[in-house]
Amino acid sequence: MSERIKKTFANKNKKLVTFTTGGDPDLETSFDILKTIINNNIDIVEIGMPFSDPMADGPTIQESSTRSIENGTKIKDIFELVKKIRTLNNEIPVILMGYYNSIFNMGIEEFTSKCVQVGVDGLIIVDLQPEEDADLYLKAKEKNIDLVRLITPTTNKERLKTILNNASGFLYYVTITGITGQNSANLKELQDSINLIRSESNLPIVAGFGIKSREDVENISIFTDGVVVGSSIVNIIKDNISDKKNMLEKIDLFTQDLKAGTGS
Amino acid sequence: MTIKNSFKQLPNDRGYFGSFGGRYVSETLMPLILEVEKEYEKMKDDSSFKEELSHYMKTYIGRPSPLFFAKRISEDLGGPKIYFKRDELNHTGAHKINNCMGQILLAKRMGKKRIIAETGAGQHGVATATVCALFGLPCIVYMGEKDIKRQSPNVFRMKLLGAEIRSVKTGSKSLKDAMNEALRDWVTNVRDTFYIIGTAAGPHPYPAMVRDFQSIIGEEVREQILKAENKLPDLLMACIGGGSNALGLFHEFLDDKQIEMIAVEAAGHGIDTGSHAASLSGGKPGILHGNKTYLLQSNDGQIDEAHSISAGLDYPGIGPEHSYLFEQKRVQYMSATDKEAIEAFQYCCNLEGIIPALEPSHALAVLKKVAKNYSKEKIVVMNMCGRGDKDIFTIAEELNIKL
Ligand SMILES: Cc1ncc(COP(=O)(O)O)c(C=O)c1O
Repeated sequence: MSERIKKTFANKNKKLVTFTTGGDPDLETSFDILKTIINNNIDIVEIGMPFSDPMADGPTIQESSTRSIENGTKIKDIFELVKKIRTLNNEIPVILMGYYNSIFNMGIEEFTSKCVQVGVDGLIIVDLQPEEDADLYLKAKEKNIDLVRLITPTTNKERLKTILNNASGFLYYVTITGITGQNSANLKELQDSINLIRSESNLPIVAGFGIKSREDVENISIFTDGVVVGSSIVNIIKDNISDKKNMLEKIDLFTQDLKAGTGS
Repeated sequence: MTIKNSFKQLPNDRGYFGSFGGRYVSETLMPLILEVEKEYEKMKDDSSFKEELSHYMKTYIGRPSPLFFAKRISEDLGGPKIYFKRDELNHTGAHKINNCMGQILLAKRMGKKRIIAETGAGQHGVATATVCALFGLPCIVYMGEKDIKRQSPNVFRMKLLGAEIRSVKTGSKSLKDAMNEALRDWVTNVRDTFYIIGTAAGPHPYPAMVRDFQSIIGEEVREQILKAENKLPDLLMACIGGGSNALGLFHEFLDDKQIEMIAVEAAGHGIDTGSHAASLSGGKPGILHGNKTYLLQSNDGQIDEAHSISAGLDYPGIGPEHSYLFEQKRVQYMSATDKEAIEAFQYCCNLEGIIPALEPSHALAVLKKVAKNYSKEKIVVMNMCGRGDKDIFTIAEELNIKL
């Protein structure tokens, strides 16, 4: 288990997790965006590894992946990005999020070794469920990297057991059946699902997908341990693509506001 | 590697053909996919399901499709006796409907209320729209913008059949991206929707299920060729997009070790140009669309765009069972270029009075080349898996003819 993740969840404050695609719109700006976010005391950063065919993502994150790839980002550049982040901050958990082909293509051993070298704490692989994750899980465990498991509204009680077995770090609850950047969840259903998971596991639960605004953050962090905001930040990148200064200012204000929404 | 005793027992219970296949999807889809598997396993051995399927295969699709001795092509090539398995005579004009009929009957029994599909050439889209009209279910077809242009007759047919076509404008704007979009729809509407995948690819159980529904092709061929020639064929040939018509023909014969099999990928402008759709000849193993298989991809694991003049073959992946049969060397994988396919297309029109789809024209192009290696007593069966009506505009454009 990652020490940074453990420490982060040691207190009961609600956590704010951000998602941005690594290398969107380019590597330098992407670093500046992450720096801005980290300076606002955001608790965890998720960095997306750009993929040509992001099947779990809506148009916003698809386009951010495309921008990154078109500007030449390679998976090894994502590791460089993390390395640079570590020169700024050695406490904040960094999670890489993406699709399994990026890891499989590099090789599990090489990929996880690089994670350790640069200080990656966890992995969220959208298209890799417990049935298929044994190879990666074993390597990750050996290297104290958390392979964060996903739970969704369609996960039934029986599957929940499969998922919780070997789960580490924290649990990622996908609040909606759907792709990123779409509708928001029904709060009542969400709360019921979170309560069900709590009855089976002591791991912290972070909710993501469809969380767009400070209001969403306020509402959802009441009954979770933290929330993930992605598409809304990525939209700021897209809308200010030709004005980097403005982009960073807006991300600065927006993430401050989101953080305030957690009440911590 | 040594060839195991049987190729027909695969996949294993985790959906693997050797190291290929599996289930690589969002957690949201997992429970549903497990349910599809469970229901499919149940139906497979259910006599009322089999009877219902068989009824529609006969009375609606028009099976069995004939096995035709292509005498003039056989004589012209001066080699083996060439037979065409005429799946282009099926209702809707291709093999695709064999699978759609099976899947929609399953969807109905599972109580699903809405059908989605991806399509490249439009044949799978038309077949899906057809069975949806037949059973009164709403049908949404995802199709790349590029394919909508080049397969316009099929787009119109789907509309006539009441399907809603959703144009996909992301990525290569063809089959791969249509499949991404269909998966996004499915994950969003997971509870009431059934995804009819059109080829022997995707998460388990799809590769096995699609193959099983298509296997009727080979089963009929065994009976028909024994009747016509009193012996089994020496060589089987088919084209490969995702690989469903090829497996449909081959699967029945995989354990008849003496029978050779050649599957033909699309070489587009040529394998060495990088502009092709030959995943086995030009790709390496990776994970896309729910399965581990050979894929066209960059050094960094980004999926490449495929190219083929044939929309049905224009896909950077291939079903996992083919990746396995390739590594086991049970099937030989060759390729034909756009140009060779067009030549074979015209050749077939002129010599046999059959306008083939561009997809099987690829198989015929390779057959034209390899025929000389087989003596006159040998028997070849090629899967004529689709008719060419949908391709006439593409062909006219290639030949600079204004319609
Ligand atoms: C006539 C025809 N043949 C072949 C294919 C390729 O698919 P598969 O390899 O699954 O048979 C298609 C796909 O659209 C098709 O329409």
